[in-house]
Amino acid sequence: MQYLRQFLWIIGFTLAGEALHALLPLPLPAAIYGLVLLFLALETGLLPLSSVKEFGEFLLKLMPVLFVAPAVNLIGSWPLLSNVWVSVLCIIVLSTLVVFAVSGRVTQMLLGHAEAAKAEDTEANGND
Amino acid sequence: MIEFLSASSLFAILLTFGAYEIGCVCQRKFKLPIFNPILVGAILAGVVLVLTRVPNDSYQQGCETFSWLLTPATICLAIPLHIQFRRLKRELPAILAGVVAGTLVSLVCVWGMARLFEMEAVLTSSLLPKSVTTAMGIAVSEMMGGEPAITTAAIIFTGILGSAFGPWLCKVLRLHHPAAQGAAFGTASHVVGTAKAAEISETAEAVGSLALVIAGILTAVLCPLFANLM
Repeated sequence: MQYLRQFLWIIGFTLAGEALHALLPLPLPAAIYGLVLLFLALETGLLPLSSVKEFGEFLLKLMPVLFVAPAVNLIGSWPLLSNVWVSVLCIIVLSTLVVFAVSGRVTQMLLGHAEAAKAEDTEANGND
Repeated sequence: MIEFLSASSLFAILLTFGAYEIGCVCQRKFKLPIFNPILVGAILAGVVLVLTRVPNDSYQQGCETFSWLLTPATICLAIPLHIQFRRLKRELPAILAGVVAGTLVSLVCVWGMARLFEMEAVLTSSLLPKSVTTAMGIAVSEMMGGEPAITTAAIIFTGILGSAFGPWLCKVLRLHHPAAQGAAFGTASHVVGTAKAAEISETAEAVGSLALVIAGILTAVLCPLFANLM
């Protein structure tokens, strides 16, 4: 019954996320509240990792399948898109490339600086 | 027969999971980025719907029997995040900076190009949250008066793009640090990209989950501001 209990915990956190979404006036979806709550519970040790691990990892593996039906649903929203799909496609492709490049390069640049600084530190210490 | 298949949620489940499985087999066989299981699965399922003349609405209704799992599944991203978090503390400032920069660029980019193409407000609102994961993006889009179906399509396409071309982009952009790869996958193409990052390394997966959470929160907070600029 380990899986059932793990499922219950996950659904519990989902419900808590939905409740916060309904109660708080912030423009955040329920999934973010639930994710932050579960993360905090795991980090503080209030909820041991073993209480959610296997079923949670199963759900994570299942996630891509859940995108198939919404993708098929594009048939339904085609009337809105039929005239503008070329520009929509341009926006999606270009912005995805730019965002990928910016977030990756910025992170790597700063990590490079941090590592260079660390290397300098050890060098300086070595010279002492 | 059409009535039977339309009314049966089991048909929708079998069709969705079966089409996705075939997509997975195709990906393993051909190893080309375009054979993304979500993309192949959606096209196959669409073709079957047309051939069997089952209406899309009945299919979508059948899929609701399991599609509610998306929110709990998204919440479970806290698990890889927790497992890797201790190892990431040193890289945290760099990752945060990368994600914030990427998210701002995403919003400015989409908003600017939508202005350029003189797009309707509905479309712009639908496209702004395209880099965050579906469960989050749909909520943000609805709040701004966007069309959830378009947001979903844009989000999925963004994810497939990231997942398909991300490994190649990493090479071209010379992103060799796993944390930088994870930040790029997670910020640009949310869960779908993070699933691809998981194939590269555990660190990239964890950074990807962290990135998509931060990008999601930032997008949810900033999107309404951008929508007001329209």
